Amino acid sequence: MKLLLKGGRVIDPAAGLDEPRDLLLDGEKIEAVLAPGAKADAEVVDVSGCWVVPGLIDMHVHLREPGEEYKETVATGAAEAAAGGITAVACMANTKPVNDCAAVTDYIIEKARAAGRARVYPVGAVSKGLLGEGLAEMGELVDHGCVALSDDGHPVMSAALMRCALEYAKALGVPVLSHPEDKSLSENGSMHEGEWSTRLGLRPIPAAAEEAMVARDLLLAELTGGRLHLQHLSTAGSVRLVREAKARGLQVTAETCPHYFTLTDADVRGYDPNFKMNPPLRSCADRAAVIQGLADGTIDAIASDHAPHSPVEKDVEFDAAANGIVGLATILPLSLRLVVDGKISPARLVELLSVNPARILGLPGGGNLKPGEVADVTVIDPAAEWTVDKAKFLSKGRNTPFEGWKLTGRARVVIVGGKRL
Amino acid sequence: MESALKIKSLLDLEGLDREGITHILDTAVSMKQINERVIKKVPTLKGRTQINLFFEPSTRTRTSFEIAGKRLSADVINFSPSSSSLTKGETTLDTVDNLQAMSPDIIVVRHKSAGAAEMITRHLAARGAPVPVINAGDGAHAHPTQALLDLFSVRDRLGRVEGLNVTIVGDIANSRVARSNIIGFTTMGANVTVCGPPPLIPAQVEKMGVRVSHHLDEAVADADVVMMLRIQLERGAGGRFPSLREYAIRYGLNARRAERLKPGALIMHPGPINRGVEISPEVADGERSIILYQVEVGVAVRMALLYLLCGGGDEITA
Repeated sequence: MKLLLKGGRVIDPAAGLDEPRDLLLDGEKIEAVLAPGAKADAEVVDVSGCWVVPGLIDMHVHLREPGEEYKETVATGAAEAAAGGITAVACMANTKPVNDCAAVTDYIIEKARAAGRARVYPVGAVSKGLLGEGLAEMGELVDHGCVALSDDGHPVMSAALMRCALEYAKALGVPVLSHPEDKSLSENGSMHEGEWSTRLGLRPIPAAAEEAMVARDLLLAELTGGRLHLQHLSTAGSVRLVREAKARGLQVTAETCPHYFTLTDADVRGYDPNFKMNPPLRSCADRAAVIQGLADGTIDAIASDHAPHSPVEKDVEFDAAANGIVGLATILPLSLRLVVDGKISPARLVELLSVNPARILGLPGGGNLKPGEVADVTVIDPAAEWTVDKAKFLSKGRNTPFEGWKLTGRARVVIVGGKRL
Repeated sequence: MESALKIKSLLDLEGLDREGITHILDTAVSMKQINERVIKKVPTLKGRTQINLFFEPSTRTRTSFEIAGKRLSADVINFSPSSSSLTKGETTLDTVDNLQAMSPDIIVVRHKSAGAAEMITRHLAARGAPVPVINAGDGAHAHPTQALLDLFSVRDRLGRVEGLNVTIVGDIANSRVARSNIIGFTTMGANVTVCGPPPLIPAQVEKMGVRVSHHLDEAVADADVVMMLRIQLERGAGGRFPSLREYAIRYGLNARRAERLKPGALIMHPGPINRGVEISPEVADGERSIILYQVEVGVAVRMALLYLLCGGGDEITA
């Protein structure tokens, strides 16, 4: 059965296209991009007023399974992703047990297949048990379907180990995703160091804790020629370092998260643990630099760092609360605010949320709407107004700082492998 | 006496303007008179229950609140972690729910985490039980009753606060006393300087309206009030400077430095003091020191707050 998405604005940066077009799908594949009004023998879905874009990809989420199913499962996370307009996610390795062996990778892939919602690409651990001591069996992890390697949440503090990881991963053809944080500078900290940490009396985390590790990893990428991807950049200094490295010709990529271009450290007043994550919310100047980095190409991707927690971890003192917030439900509308504010174009938004994540992770499909390509498509209604209501999340996590926010823009149709979800 | 205070709970001093602080200090003057009588007890809070909920160890502040409540005839219950379920894994908010179920009229909270008093207050409000809360110290955030008693002491001894030069010396980064005093003294129109080795001065503290100095002699040259703070070794301050010996030499208030202070300058300390580190014994016990006077008036200031927030009757002198 064919499906015609009719009357929309097709935005496919890979083809340089941003025009009114109809999109024809045939089974699991994209068949054709047609001139508006073209006839086709297909079920018609009227998507007038909407953007038709390659399926959105969130390259940084935590699905908590195996081991912390009370926070999230692969099924609930994949369902939340699809509801938020995301057709594929990459899930980090900090499960219990850690995804540092093929059995865990297989388990996650099987759970995702059974769920049948958004695609789930596992990310394997760099080090055994995320302990930063010896390398995990990276080759076997990749053979079993891991699309990248990362100790996310636990920076690889040993420069020697990080060097080996970049070298080894290079031969495997996958990137190393680095959580840039110098633990000796951030120790026990719970918010960004600045006026607000001083006023609130919370242990500070200086911007330099992130930037020192960004600088180290850039040097190691240069040394090894490995594929380095820097996760959740949050500071002006990090953006500057990456911009300079790219200008030198270094093959490095970087992501940021909606909270870093939406909120600031001033939002921590009130001590609500739903404003606590790692890296922490930064200053206004950092926020502006992150937006500039998204606009000028320094930052390649927007990812949610979806990190569901239960009230057990969050309904406690701010300094005792776990780091992380959920983000799959809000990544699209918060990113759309950048378009509304004139910071980035709709096509740039699609690059950040689809084209580049697919390229960075070397995904087998997605990121474009080429005929013959797998039919992962998101239809966005950019004018839909809605209010964030955490009770309606499909995720088990309710730890959002955006509760009650009035947002504009929502996924109206989500298609994965030709199947409407 | 006017008992209306604009705030329902005292979590920090940011919610109070000069008028509000003055009102509390004026109320404390009446309370101090009660403390000077032979029979130091009035029935003002008779039948009211005050819970001192101390998640972090404290002797001075807990005792001061206990005496304050008892002198107003409140039923005072002390609850501290060593004798509680906290060691069994109960959360702070579960503990609060359990105590709230026993219908206290006011809760005094001390906690090691910044923001804990605010979290508890918000939780009680969400439960439909807006019991007044007094923050008796939350992490490195605030210790508003200490700042109020310090303001009382200075106003009482020097006759005013406005225009005075106040220098706070020591581990500013870890100090809730420093933060609350910065807010309290600047609100009342004093000029505040903070002094200490750079690693103990928190980021951008100038934005709280203070001057920063790293040299003690310079910082106290024009001071009317010098407030010495303890080095909080339990919060990791010890690793941020070479040694206590060097600290004492560079930042300790010794007799030589005390002699060079302006005539009439006051020396204060919130306690507990570390003799020979931030303050030498002869200075702590010397005639400029009002350290024990601070403790004395602390009871009166806390009586004033219990009275104002607990909505005591109008007869405080009965």
